[in-house]
Amino acid sequence: MNSRQLLGWSSALCLSACSLQAQETSEVEALKRQLRQATESFQKAIDEQRRVIDELNRKIETIEKSKPVIPVGAPAVEEVKSPTATQASASKPWSPADPMRVQKGSAYLDIGLVGNIAVGGSTANDIEGGTQLGGHDPSQRGFTLQGLEASFAGAVDPYFRGNANLTFAVDSGGESFMEVEEAWLETSSLPGNLALRAGQIWTEFGRHNPTHLHTWSFVDSPLVNGRLFGADGLRNPGARVSWLAPMPFYSELSLGVQNSQGETASGFRSAGHSHGGEEEEGLPFGFRHPDNDRGVKQLGDLLFSPRYSLSFDLSETQVLLGGVSGAFGPNSRGGEGSGATDTQIYGVDLTWKWKPVNHSGGFPFVMWQTEAMLQRYDAGGFDWDENGNAAADDGELIDVGTGLPAVLPGETLTDYGFYSQVLYGFRKGWVAGLRFDYVTSDRAYYEQFDLAFSGESVGRDSMRATRWRVSPNLTWYPTEFSKVRLQYNYDDRREVGVDHSVWLQFEFLLGAHAAHKF
Amino acid sequence: MKNQIIPSPKALRNTVWIALLCAFVLPVHARLNVVATLPDYGAIATAVGGDQVKVTSLARGTEDPHFIDARPSYIRILNQADVLLEGGAEMEIGWLPALVNNARNPKILGTAPGHVLMSQGVPLLDVPSAPVDRSMGDVHPAGNPHFAHDPANGRIMATHLAEVFTKLDSANGYIYQANLKRFIEQLDRKLVEWAKLMEPFRGIKVVTYHKSYEYFAARFGLIIVGQLEPKPGVEPSPTHLNALVPRMKEAGARLVMIEPNRKRKTPQYVADAIGAKLVIVPGMVGGHEKIKDYLDLFDYDVAQITAALKEQK
Repeated sequence: MNSRQLLGWSSALCLSACSLQAQETSEVEALKRQLRQATESFQKAIDEQRRVIDELNRKIETIEKSKPVIPVGAPAVEEVKSPTATQASASKPWSPADPMRVQKGSAYLDIGLVGNIAVGGSTANDIEGGTQLGGHDPSQRGFTLQGLEASFAGAVDPYFRGNANLTFAVDSGGESFMEVEEAWLETSSLPGNLALRAGQIWTEFGRHNPTHLHTWSFVDSPLVNGRLFGADGLRNPGARVSWLAPMPFYSELSLGVQNSQGETASGFRSAGHSHGGEEEEGLPFGFRHPDNDRGVKQLGDLLFSPRYSLSFDLSETQVLLGGVSGAFGPNSRGGEGSGATDTQIYGVDLTWKWKPVNHSGGFPFVMWQTEAMLQRYDAGGFDWDENGNAAADDGELIDVGTGLPAVLPGETLTDYGFYSQVLYGFRKGWVAGLRFDYVTSDRAYYEQFDLAFSGESVGRDSMRATRWRVSPNLTWYPTEFSKVRLQYNYDDRREVGVDHSVWLQFEFLLGAHAAHKF
Repeated sequence: MKNQIIPSPKALRNTVWIALLCAFVLPVHARLNVVATLPDYGAIATAVGGDQVKVTSLARGTEDPHFIDARPSYIRILNQADVLLEGGAEMEIGWLPALVNNARNPKILGTAPGHVLMSQGVPLLDVPSAPVDRSMGDVHPAGNPHFAHDPANGRIMATHLAEVFTKLDSANGYIYQANLKRFIEQLDRKLVEWAKLMEPFRGIKVVTYHKSYEYFAARFGLIIVGQLEPKPGVEPSPTHLNALVPRMKEAGARLVMIEPNRKRKTPQYVADAIGAKLVIVPGMVGGHEKIKDYLDLFDYDVAQITAALKEQK
């Protein structure tokens, strides 16, 4: 048997297998026919019964048409007393010609308004930017309008979805201001499991950064976010492409590209300084003057933020979500002649939630969330003798040892920290929370010198010194649209001392309310 | 002879090609991937779709359907769906939109045939006749979203689904139509049976926890005279209960009906105070381990209610 023969045989075999199958199919058909015939008489009896039932049903329906309430298929209908049914009969099967009762309406724009007000006090004298690092944290003793957020969202067309969040707030000086927190459009049907979002966007870094004030589980933002991303969090104009991987579990990869300059890119090329107190004293982070004016001239001037997150359902009741994030871009402390300097921020986050399968109103539940971050910040060398007279002048940083303007060498500053929080929804509407914050840094070269500014010793940079905070709180949600929260902060700043703060927060929500994310 | 038996590599390759060709000529059929927000919709989809569909329900029958966690794993499930079955009366508004927006699946968006509103064609109860606002509690402007708890609506939903499945998978249309016919026959037979069982109790008065039994009550002639919740979605308050108890006593309420996920303490207290019986009536498929399909739901619920009422006599 040569190969040609084998080929012939194998194809013949295949074909015969196919035809055999066809033969079998026809036999099955014949058997089916027989079976049908055999059961015909039985079927007739059933049909007879059905006809009787149908006739009865029809009679009932005609009787019911003159009555307000209709029990379907009730064999012996007496008087029906139910007061709740206000509708016409549901017994007629629906046909496409019938009018539809439920529609999405003709609204193209969902508008919502969320207000957050805090009242309380603290033993600290430097609340805004001192104990409270977040731009929407309570900023003073007494009352604070933390934020009044207007949200606009809707489908633009079959291809895009649009969203904008404008936040109004009043600072401790009584000045009103407005922020464009988010304003973007996003694709809804890009092929390949891809999605693209472009506009003013939050950097998708960890769990806390891309969230609005009203979704927070605490009155204020975590310390590590305040230190590394500044008061407003990391957000800037840009775009983000994300890809849902074809895995059996949730697995998403995304890359954000944004401008790296502006005050909402703290840690990168932010204008001036957003770290509260130090701005007033005119001492920039790392004691180098910022160089923010170069705009975007090359790809390297942009901020890149990759993130990978994955999630598993551990059981019917437990969900685990983890992620790694990065943010890479230039910063503005290159100094003269020392070239471009970069910032790298790395983060890991882990969220675990338990909720029983027989929950009522979403309660009870336990949720644990932790985020840790590390920042490496290249600071260029800087010679404070800017006027070149080799003598200590006003407004210059002085090296106390030599009595001359300080000459700072280039170095990489390392800051890190984490927060860990547990929420326990112990009964419907009630959540007890506990958060632990810790931030610190490796002591930098410039902090080891004996430096002075305007006659005052500088020492450890207050925005980099070790600090920890414990925040227990209790929240009551009368409904999903309002909440009342009481929180206490025990705040230990290594260089400043211990402070106690108590805040009571109120929230109200009007209009559209975006669905909850996990 | 020996080397004649061993086929040349070329012949082997040809054989494989022909075998593959045969495999492709034979009908290869991918099942429709159906994702239901609630298990009731899933159960009806299973009845109509049979072996031709793969059904996944997001919420479990014991859960509170208004408050399902938007688990990231659901994003992946929705990403792969051919069909999404949602209520369309805002029951899932608090959790579904965020999932669907992230699922990047045009097959289940907007007016795509794979995006199914189960309430289509269903006459909804409690449609507000005057403008509503949230001071009235969690009132759904489209009407009461618990419509799947009326077996007659099951018929409307099944008919709708058979149409959708036939549109998306016309080759198997005859199977969906046959399944539909069988399901409706079973349902109609059962409707007669349930109506007979409930007939002696027509017109009895009941108290419920949430406004979730309106459809069931209307179908079987129970009269709902009050709710433990002062307003939909608002937890029972002592003030409300103190006013409710004498009113219910006067009305002669005989049952307090609650879902399996409610805490028993308050309903039991109210039942005792008004001399009624507390009965657990699952509102969704899977609400009890015995409730495996849509017909089981009413078998079980009718049995629970009639048993409780007989016991009370």
